[in-house]
Amino acid sequence: MSITIDGKECTFQPGQTVYEVARENGIYIPVLCHQEQLKPVGACRVCVVEVEKARSLIASCAMPAEKGMVVWTNTDRVKTSRRLSVELLMTQGHHNCITCESSGDCVLQNLGYSLGVEHPRFPEPTEIKAIEDGNEMIARDMNKCVLCGLCVRACNEIQVNQVLDFSGRGPTASVGPAFGVLYENSECVFCGECVRVCPVGALFEKQGRFQGRAGDLEKVRTTCVYCGVGCQMDLNIKDGRIVKVTTPRSDAPPPNGGSLCIKGRFGYDFIDHPDRLTSPMIRVDGELREASWDEAVAYVADKLTKIRTKHGSDAIAGLASARCTNEENYLFQKFFRAVIGTNNIDHCARL
Amino acid sequence: MTNSIADIEEADCFLITGTNTTENHPVIATFVKRAVTQRGAKLILADPRNIDLARFATVWLRQKPGTDIAWINGMMHVIIEEGLADEAFISERTENFDAVKDVVKKYTPEYVETITGIPAEDLRKAARLYGQADAAAILYAMGITQHITGTDNVKSCANLAMITGNIGRPGTGVNPLRGQNNVQGACDMGCLPGTLPAYKKVTEAAERKICEEVWGVALPDKPGLTIPKIMEGARKGTVKALYVMGENPLMSDPDITHVEDALSKLDLLVVQDIFLNETAEFAHVVLPTAAWAEKEGTFTNTERRVQRIRKAVDAPGQALTDWDIIARIANRLGADWNYAEAREIMDEINKTTPSYGGITYDRIEKIGLQWPCLNPEHPGSPILHSVAFTRGKGLFSPCEHIPPAEEPDATYPFILTTGRILYQYHTATMSRRSRGLTSRTPEVFVEMNPADAQRLDISQGEKLKISSRRGSIEVFAEVNDRCDEGVVFIPFHFSEAAVNRITNPVFDPVANIPEYKVCAVNIEKAA
Repeated sequence: MSITIDGKECTFQPGQTVYEVARENGIYIPVLCHQEQLKPVGACRVCVVEVEKARSLIASCAMPAEKGMVVWTNTDRVKTSRRLSVELLMTQGHHNCITCESSGDCVLQNLGYSLGVEHPRFPEPTEIKAIEDGNEMIARDMNKCVLCGLCVRACNEIQVNQVLDFSGRGPTASVGPAFGVLYENSECVFCGECVRVCPVGALFEKQGRFQGRAGDLEKVRTTCVYCGVGCQMDLNIKDGRIVKVTTPRSDAPPPNGGSLCIKGRFGYDFIDHPDRLTSPMIRVDGELREASWDEAVAYVADKLTKIRTKHGSDAIAGLASARCTNEENYLFQKFFRAVIGTNNIDHCARL
Repeated sequence: MTNSIADIEEADCFLITGTNTTENHPVIATFVKRAVTQRGAKLILADPRNIDLARFATVWLRQKPGTDIAWINGMMHVIIEEGLADEAFISERTENFDAVKDVVKKYTPEYVETITGIPAEDLRKAARLYGQADAAAILYAMGITQHITGTDNVKSCANLAMITGNIGRPGTGVNPLRGQNNVQGACDMGCLPGTLPAYKKVTEAAERKICEEVWGVALPDKPGLTIPKIMEGARKGTVKALYVMGENPLMSDPDITHVEDALSKLDLLVVQDIFLNETAEFAHVVLPTAAWAEKEGTFTNTERRVQRIRKAVDAPGQALTDWDIIARIANRLGADWNYAEAREIMDEINKTTPSYGGITYDRIEKIGLQWPCLNPEHPGSPILHSVAFTRGKGLFSPCEHIPPAEEPDATYPFILTTGRILYQYHTATMSRRSRGLTSRTPEVFVEMNPADAQRLDISQGEKLKISSRRGSIEVFAEVNDRCDEGVVFIPFHFSEAAVNRITNPVFDPVANIPEYKVCAVNIEKAA
């Protein structure tokens, strides 16, 4: 079965939306309130397209493709509507890009730029809401919220934590935990899925604030250091420091598909804690004193040699680590077996 | 895991036991919660605590801690009685079924209720759900293994999967959720006293051969000591030197007072870590290492997927990678190791570890591969045992219920069970140095039932003294409905009230795993 998009014949599978078919065929349709893991709601109207014989413009993210459909993604009618939607979204709150953490990685900013919306026709609201940054993980700037509902859907459909929802109507509508309480006073478990999906600067990593944003940050893909799930994540680096942890909004690899938990997303800052050990130390007269690597390595090697000579290889034991790499664990057991000559190696697999 | 994480999407029914998944493997829990709420999959939860997953459970079996063999045997009893066993699978793929059939005969739901406290009807319901599902997956963690019957508990899970043919297909399996980022890899790499890389037995000459050839030395053939035996050896003076890389036995091992005694008797204790942990208090030498974001390498996750870690920032001061330190000490002792980078160690792992034979950095640049992956063309193995088991036929192992080593009595009337919480991690050397994580749980606590609290006149947040035959610790009362009456829970993350001062140092005879999930304690107000 096929549909025609911008004059190109595109085949589709039943159940695919017009947006998905277009994307598969390399035809760009902008979206804001839609992400691949979530059920489409067609709320923001940014993805509208013109379908021949349809009465009105339709939201392509929510419209299932039907055999023989003829779709136009970029007509004047579409562009006028899309621009109006973006103007309304831009004047829904205060979108101050100068200090916004999402600048450079903001769906609304990209839309406004690509459509050339320099001065929206509508006034901004007069009220400026205070930024909520009372917890160490997730900060909220509700001045920038466009009520796309992605955070609500991510919390309920991806993480199934059932904490966030809409409340209020019309101009008082908002998103957040029940009864308007702060995140830290709600049932929120700080997985940060809402931050991941937020297309604007309304939800962001508290500890990363003013530490660097898209363009300043180098992303290094790695595996989480905590539990055995092995979530893939991107360390965001600036000036040799981890500024925040992110995961891609789309096309995220297995096993986690972009989801993390509080430890993965917000538990990285131990790495530059002042307690980090920076020098080898040898105990002298009951006190640990700094030593050079040469001294420390010689001390260990000499002691091991003496103990092995006097008591045999099996008087020496090693505990490897469920936290170290395969390469390190491999070398550790090779050291004990091939160099020391004992099988006394274990680690805390049981603990 | 016999199966893959993504595979959870395919299950019609889950049996989740001994894992507080939403707290300890939160991202895997999201797969389960989605399957239940969005796809109508059934969830059987067997857990003594009212954990978050209980909200999502089709049936929640609240067993008394330490009675897992009994309820699993009970499920098999019902499955056989009601004709839900997969006869074809049993006859084609397994052996020794009759022995299990004989043993479970007496485990009627009514008999099981007297041992476990699980209402007979709930057990029947659970057995039917599991037995009738097209694809049912068992997920478990330390709640199954940390018992003196840990090995038999796992065998019971395997029995249950085999009796219903729930293994080797998508959405099925016996799936242990591994607790640490690379506990799977550390085992795979041979950091166990009886096995070389890829679980080759040290006692078998033929199995030692690959490593002996690649390493160019003859290897010891006597199995080494497990952690509890190492500590015992240190206490007795037969173990003189201990080299600890990235571990903290003074927090993680049972009966810490005895561990202190053991460590203080060593002639040499080397602690190699990123922080001066509790164990380092006894160290003769402390070696600073690079953390995970400061080095290259691989971790193997719970579904056997080997994945890259990459250097993103520099290590502080003079800290070196663990592999570099080991190589320096080895070379000082006469080895001639010349690894220039982690990748070269993986090249050697490819040669000595058949299950990792085809896992190279180039192949896992974007997405990791699941072992066994035998050669550069092998696609990896998302599901194990699909055609045959490792030993050929799946072996049914009859298991009888054995009570925990220590049960409550008049002096120690409560059952203490221990574990992790969402906001901290293991011995907490890292997580308690994270601002966000620490802000959520600054203090150690004991979870206890409101009825128990009322009886003992204990109020929320009150400081309590928890004592066992090994010693006592002071913690704050967290009164809620998570624990049943007579059961309390304390997380093991907090050094100022290290719960392993009071846990029972008794072990599963095969796996040597300590019985952290059950010991007897007394509760009183702190002076």
